[in-house]
Amino acid sequence: MAIALNSRASTRTGSHRISESANFVNKNKDVKSVTVRLAGDSGDGIQLMGTQFAVSTALSGADFATFPDYPAEIRAPLGTTFGVSAYQINLGNGPITTPGDAPDVLVAFNPAALKVNLPLLRRGAILVINNDAFTRRNLTKAGYDADPRGDGSLSDYQVVAADIGRMNLEAVKEFGLSKSEGGQCKNFWALGVLLWMFERDLISVEAWVERRLAGKPTMRDANIAALRAGHAFGETAELAASLPQISISPAKAAPGEYRSITGAEALALGLAAAAELADRSVLFCSYPITPASPLLHRLTHLGEMGIGTFQAEDEIAAICAAIGASYGGMIGVTSSSGPGIALKTEAMGLAVNAELPLVIVNWQRGGPSTGLPTKTEQSDLYQAVYGRNADTPIPVLAASTSGDCFYMAIEAVRIALRHMTPVILLADGYLSNAAEPWKIPDVAAIPPIECNPVPDSDESPQRIAFTRDDASLGRPWVTPGMPGMMHRIGGLEKDVATGHISYDPANHQTMTDLRAQKVESVANFIPDQQMEMGPDSGDLVVVGWGSTYGPIYQAARATGASYIHIRHINPLPKNLGDLLSGFDKVLVPEMNTGQLSTLLRDKLNATPISFPKVTGQPFLISELVDKIEALAKGASS
Amino acid sequence: MSEKLTAKDFATSQEVRWCPGCGDYAILKSVTQALADVGASRENTAFVSGIGCASRFPYYVETYGFHTIHGRAPAVATGLKLANPELDVWVVTGDGDGLSIGGNHLMHALRRNIGLKILLFNNEIYGLTKGQYSPTSRVGTRSPSSPGGSVDTPISPGQFALGAGAKFYARGVDTDKVGLSTVLKQAHAFQGTSLVEIFQNCIVYNVDVFASFTDRKNAANTQLHLKHGEPMLFGENNGKGIHLNRDTLELEVIDATESPDDVLVHDEANKTIARFLIDLHMPVAMGVLYREPSISYEDAFYAHHTSRMKRTKTIGDFIKGPSSWTVD
Repeated sequence: MAIALNSRASTRTGSHRISESANFVNKNKDVKSVTVRLAGDSGDGIQLMGTQFAVSTALSGADFATFPDYPAEIRAPLGTTFGVSAYQINLGNGPITTPGDAPDVLVAFNPAALKVNLPLLRRGAILVINNDAFTRRNLTKAGYDADPRGDGSLSDYQVVAADIGRMNLEAVKEFGLSKSEGGQCKNFWALGVLLWMFERDLISVEAWVERRLAGKPTMRDANIAALRAGHAFGETAELAASLPQISISPAKAAPGEYRSITGAEALALGLAAAAELADRSVLFCSYPITPASPLLHRLTHLGEMGIGTFQAEDEIAAICAAIGASYGGMIGVTSSSGPGIALKTEAMGLAVNAELPLVIVNWQRGGPSTGLPTKTEQSDLYQAVYGRNADTPIPVLAASTSGDCFYMAIEAVRIALRHMTPVILLADGYLSNAAEPWKIPDVAAIPPIECNPVPDSDESPQRIAFTRDDASLGRPWVTPGMPGMMHRIGGLEKDVATGHISYDPANHQTMTDLRAQKVESVANFIPDQQMEMGPDSGDLVVVGWGSTYGPIYQAARATGASYIHIRHINPLPKNLGDLLSGFDKVLVPEMNTGQLSTLLRDKLNATPISFPKVTGQPFLISELVDKIEALAKGASS
Repeated sequence: MSEKLTAKDFATSQEVRWCPGCGDYAILKSVTQALADVGASRENTAFVSGIGCASRFPYYVETYGFHTIHGRAPAVATGLKLANPELDVWVVTGDGDGLSIGGNHLMHALRRNIGLKILLFNNEIYGLTKGQYSPTSRVGTRSPSSPGGSVDTPISPGQFALGAGAKFYARGVDTDKVGLSTVLKQAHAFQGTSLVEIFQNCIVYNVDVFASFTDRKNAANTQLHLKHGEPMLFGENNGKGIHLNRDTLELEVIDATESPDDVLVHDEANKTIARFLIDLHMPVAMGVLYREPSISYEDAFYAHHTSRMKRTKTIGDFIKGPSSWTVD
């Protein structure tokens, strides 16, 4: 990547150049991309700075992927390593599917940010340091015995130590702000430098500041002044030759209209699209929890799509209110993360037994218990597929990218309404916050979502309500308010035909089998599993699910390995077993201790090789490449 | 609804499975009578219940019914009411279901003032699980789980309700059909959450626990039937009245014929007096103890929701987000 970056940069007039001998070490198989990481105190405005840089990147036409990596503490003590918030973005001319392995550029606002993030950088990376924060006190808080700027520990990097704090205050002096208020602008000052490095104009960011701070004209003007000052700082080369200017040409994306989107945004739009496709309203009921809350926030802006949001008193009330809404004829949706999903478990059984539609979104995070609330993990697959009392099967889907959350939300609603069942949609903390360019779909081309009609019959309403479709085993959606259809539903076992309470032994067997068959029948409606990449038989196939899509995609591309990515987890696509049996080795990387591997053994009798990772950080492309190559060598030896 | 329905029209064909002599039978009769009296429509009425003896109720009413899970009926009913505010939604719960496992949901339904008619069958015992003491059992209640007598201080449903911000709290006795159905009709008319505590006699596990004030022979002396704007009188020929002792801030029984001007006049909106009435032990206050008209949660929810939960735009209006770009 260094060479590609250099050669492009060197063709541009007026650019600072990195010498050809710059000691970039290319461990990453990625090319033509740059990974930038911003780090500072959680109050430094790092996430805001990163988001604005991502928007600017999107508008420049480059491909990108982001990774907001923030601490669980809202405002940890200043200057401490555990309070460091970071935002990583990988940008290039694509395809970019991961936030990047080792950053090429780090902006560190204080010693703690440097201490935490330095080990991630590739040697030769550009290090932008805020000199003013390197006080004795901050160095001690970060655990430095000596100032790293002077002891040679940064000699492998291109260090740009600038008085960001002082120059920022200088830039906003005229606005008469307090020192604290003025200091708040320094993220925009640094963003200005970054935008200059990437040859961006300031238009989109300034427009955003104008909108966001319209009611606070002084802060608005100060932030814009800081932004311009940072940009000018880069341009007037006060840094001499130390800062390169990096130009990324637009990605070669398929023709069409694009936008930047996070998983939470995409899932919200997916639910709105599903409401339109089903011609129903949505009642979204949830309780705040990290990292699920962004979906609740997004949906509050979609009222005109017939979406209501209800913030319940707890996780159980959230799912129960969603069930009540489904009973009343709206599409009931709830969302949480692992611990909250655990609390909802009993109510899921009620929805199964009452045969009501429901969508349950799980934004997985590191566990067990409170675990790592802000870090991502895929460790709730067992919970989704197996984790309920009694024989209580539920269809399970998994979104693979931020943009895919849109399509999987529609798929979840479609299955819920067709089969009259709760559906679990697995996403995770990474997808919730990560932004990527997304080709805006033509919703008119998506088939409408059908509900089972209420049959015109002389039978008793109780029986009609439980007259199931032969193919989907879904019952008609009879809702209170329909004249002449009064009937009772509940959590007690009911007679397969009449729908009345039944304690009959043979009937319970029949109903248990029916509930299993209903979920299995979903497989008859979903597409066959496709190869994501590579031939459909051979030595090795990598099998992934969920948000590991990005790194596996790049690793498979780099190694030429075949790649399957599963979006329907329960039931699995009908042809998956045959597909897997065409390979000698099935490698399953996942961010848990091997849960999909277990599922493939259980459901398909497969013999996968598990490659687990539970550090709270996404897979690196390089570690996947190394694993694939090691297995391939094993085959040839 | 053109023809007027009778109480019988609200009965289902299901065999009622409460213990013979259970107070629930009488409550069922009062409820179906009240439904008929208020002109309820069967298709626009739904009964939602949790778990417990009381929660079997929906099977016996010819309306829509949902027998949910333990303690969660107010939450399910909240979703139903938001999905279709035109429905009359009744919640049937008990002292264990509503005040123990489901206490949180009851509390939040009450403070939101969502349009649910909540019937709390209080028998001070767990019946369906065979007789353990409940959160309303008095200290010293002997039960399979407290053979030496319970030590927990019981909760007062009325104080719980007012503490949670309830806007309507009323009481009735299971076998008092006239009194109870009157209270139920008032609960039905209220815009918001109405909580009706019904003293219900469990003839198997806690028989006659309320007999000291529910016994009909002596009811005139043991029950104070409240009517808004009327003096608080009870006893033979309404000879006794309730007086507020302004020195001790306590309610006292006085001779109403001697000093009629000292008898308190019931003001449903007086929350302080309502709290005193809740704690009055002899006589026991019945009827509407507290009512404070207020906007219901569903009205506020729909007013806040500018499109009133209807689609007024298409996905195309939102899908492009704040900015987009085109690749040729």
